[in-house]
Amino acid sequence: MKRRTFLLGAAAIGTGGLVLGYRAWSDRFEAQAAQLTAGDGGKLIAGWVRIGSDDSVTVYVPHIDMGQGTATALAMMLAEELDADWSKVRPERAPGEKAFANRFLAEGWILQGLKVPRFLDGAVDVGFAEAARFVNLQITGGSTAVRFTGQVGMRIVGAAARSMLVEAAAKRWGVSAAELATADSVVTHAKSGRAARYGELAAAAAELSVPSSPPLKARETYRIIGTSPARFDIPAKVKGAPLYAIDLRLPEMRYAAVMSAPVHGGALQSLDPAPAQAVKGVEQVVKFPHGIGVIARNWWQAQKGLAALKPVFSDGGNGNVSSASLAATQESALGAADGKSMVKLGDAEAALQQPGARIVEATYHVPFLHHAAMEPINATAQVKDGRLTVWGGEQDALGAKMKLVQLSGFAADKVTLHPLPVGGSFGRRVTVTTRHLEQVVELAKAASPNPVQMIWSREEDFAQGTYRPQVASRIRAALGPDGKPTAWSQSFVETPGINEAIGLPYPIPNQSIRAVPVPVHVTQGSWRSVAHTQHGFYTETFIDELAQAAGRDPFEYRRDLLPAGSRQRRVLEIAAEKAGWGKPLPEGRGLGIALVESFGTVVAQVIEASQGRNGVPVVQRVVAAVDCGDVCHPDTATQQVEGAIVMGLGAAIAERITIENGAVRQRNFPDYPISTMASTPPVIEVHFVPSDGAWGGLGEPGMPPVAPALANALFAATGRRARSLPLKLAAAA
Amino acid sequence: MITLTVNGQPRQIEAEADTPLLWVLRDELGLTGTRFGCGVAACGACTVHVDGVPMRACSLPVEALAGASVTTIEGLPASAGLAPEALHPVQQAWIDLQVPQCGYCQSGMIMAAAALLQANPKPSDPEIDAAITNLCRCGTYPRVRTAIRRLGGAA
Repeated sequence: MKRRTFLLGAAAIGTGGLVLGYRAWSDRFEAQAAQLTAGDGGKLIAGWVRIGSDDSVTVYVPHIDMGQGTATALAMMLAEELDADWSKVRPERAPGEKAFANRFLAEGWILQGLKVPRFLDGAVDVGFAEAARFVNLQITGGSTAVRFTGQVGMRIVGAAARSMLVEAAAKRWGVSAAELATADSVVTHAKSGRAARYGELAAAAAELSVPSSPPLKARETYRIIGTSPARFDIPAKVKGAPLYAIDLRLPEMRYAAVMSAPVHGGALQSLDPAPAQAVKGVEQVVKFPHGIGVIARNWWQAQKGLAALKPVFSDGGNGNVSSASLAATQESALGAADGKSMVKLGDAEAALQQPGARIVEATYHVPFLHHAAMEPINATAQVKDGRLTVWGGEQDALGAKMKLVQLSGFAADKVTLHPLPVGGSFGRRVTVTTRHLEQVVELAKAASPNPVQMIWSREEDFAQGTYRPQVASRIRAALGPDGKPTAWSQSFVETPGINEAIGLPYPIPNQSIRAVPVPVHVTQGSWRSVAHTQHGFYTETFIDELAQAAGRDPFEYRRDLLPAGSRQRRVLEIAAEKAGWGKPLPEGRGLGIALVESFGTVVAQVIEASQGRNGVPVVQRVVAAVDCGDVCHPDTATQQVEGAIVMGLGAAIAERITIENGAVRQRNFPDYPISTMASTPPVIEVHFVPSDGAWGGLGEPGMPPVAPALANALFAATGRRARSLPLKLAAAA
Repeated sequence: MITLTVNGQPRQIEAEADTPLLWVLRDELGLTGTRFGCGVAACGACTVHVDGVPMRACSLPVEALAGASVTTIEGLPASAGLAPEALHPVQQAWIDLQVPQCGYCQSGMIMAAAALLQANPKPSDPEIDAAITNLCRCGTYPRVRTAIRRLGGAA
């Protein structure tokens, strides 16, 4: 990533400390930021770090933590460059206000020349990338926290603060800054034996000008990055402390249960509220255009009241759509339409027509998937004294706040959003749909001046998801005399927004990849790793089929296609080596391999599996090799990849949302089997392969290779090729 | 009115008799460490101990619990004879192995693990599989297993 000069701002705070951050892009936001964080009456400028006279280092983190250890990792990156004493460092969540906009997220993409990723669609206008280079963003998603906020933001702020503290010491002692050293929040002068704590220097440092491009440390000198200090968030989590939005308890709070039209796009046609009103504790029945809500003294009463109602909903004309009808529509669309050209290299169609070319063709299907985060969708809101206050776990705090302003009709300065940690998200809590915000605003108006906590039942959470799309792809390839592909012609069903997952890791000379639109009324969203889940499955299963057609070993076939010296080839080789590729296996087992790059990280996985009884695949072992550049916190990094593998196995084996009569059929976990303790393989190995590549993300990239590696392992074990997910059904078919 | 003991304290419950224990704990008693996940006893996020036995509070009508003793995550250390602010050995193991990710299911996971270890101090892997049926969408199962093994004396 090329280095840029950033405008930094610094300020003194009342108690003699230093605050440093990127200067917010307008004075108004700076003033607002100061107001929001000046707990001790001090001043603050768009601060990312605050050094107190007591040596405390507070790092303001503009992302919510959904369990990825983001706050700890970002604080580490800043503390590393600051040479801070880690025991004095604490992260704090930046308020959901524009003053804390994370413009580095936006710049991360712009610097890399990437398009706006899919998960931002609901949050920003289409013209975002071009028009709003420094748009206010405070989004968690796209595996961006460490690679953009951390790399571009936290490290430079930490380095600038350190350099100012050194300069303050140099002035105080009348020596050259070059003679000074820093470690553990102390500046020392070896020649004279003098030392000063950061807290003693902070006030003087705040008076100095801020270096615009402070030198960053070389990797060999890291003391904090690359270690695994205990995460800040864990003690509260093991004590069951009130953390999540659903745990909020306010005086006089009411509770609400809601239901929306089961067929997405449907509307409420009629409702007799009387049966709910007869339930003890029920206070109000609220109608929405698309559904209903019941407010009661506790949530159980609200849910009982809701269950007593017999609302009539329209189906928006989609009452005849099913998963099977959608799959059939997609099949014919893939066969008929040319689609929008997404990749064109050489002349794939001509190469496919070459006499003697060996043609391989396959069609793949993947189902809708639900996020099924353990904390059901919920939000708490209060309308009182002309103000709207909302507490919720939103991946896009600023986008959600903008939406609340629109929905409520209150002015922006009368709306406050308190972002709270989320009990899992996996892409669900981005603002693809703001149905829950619409509901909670209406409920709060109805319950005013009392606050109201709205919780979706798990059944509602399943029915009103933002699912990974059900889609399909058809691929044709031509193999040359050496068995290598000479042409790759692919059409795939387009998904909403921008698809970052198109493109092959293998340099095949003739390529034509086309997107075919097939509209569907079901709400679709970003599911952990977004389009990479399906494209990884298409590409890496098909390449395995090509190896099979060429009579080659699937690992060697891939390796020989990948450029020598590439990150991809190295990662593939290490995964194969660590997994003991080629060694004999027990009867009935097979090894499968897959390689997918996503969010700047290259991951290869080898899975050992067998076909169990009842058609349920059994996984014995997963070995992953991961190149994400540097690793900030190895323990958390490992855990993110482990978690993605566990979640990915559940999805590959058994998860499937189906549509019947236009509506989602699955109601709750018993209909939608996710990974369990018993289904989790005894061995999951994660091997990091350090490289000088740009820092990649880690929350998502462990996911995409799982399904193809498992499908390929089952092929190796059984000789039967699965071309649709989940594999449990494919095996039974 | 129903009386039960919650974390060692006798409590008079105002909620209707059919109210699941989960909502009594969360909405009436303010004990929010016991979490709502599914409402059908499938996920285990609401696991508590009823007279020492792990049970899923979302599907237990409070009327069935008259006179029972309920322990929630907030009362787990005290139930083991520790100071209320101390950490139960299972909670300490969860910190040592940095088990949680999002953390939402972990109260239930810890309650299930504590009950398993109380009944069976050295559980085998199949016994862990059979007892820990709680769901975790973040996929913390490998670390949960390692923590339970370690508490059971495995290296």
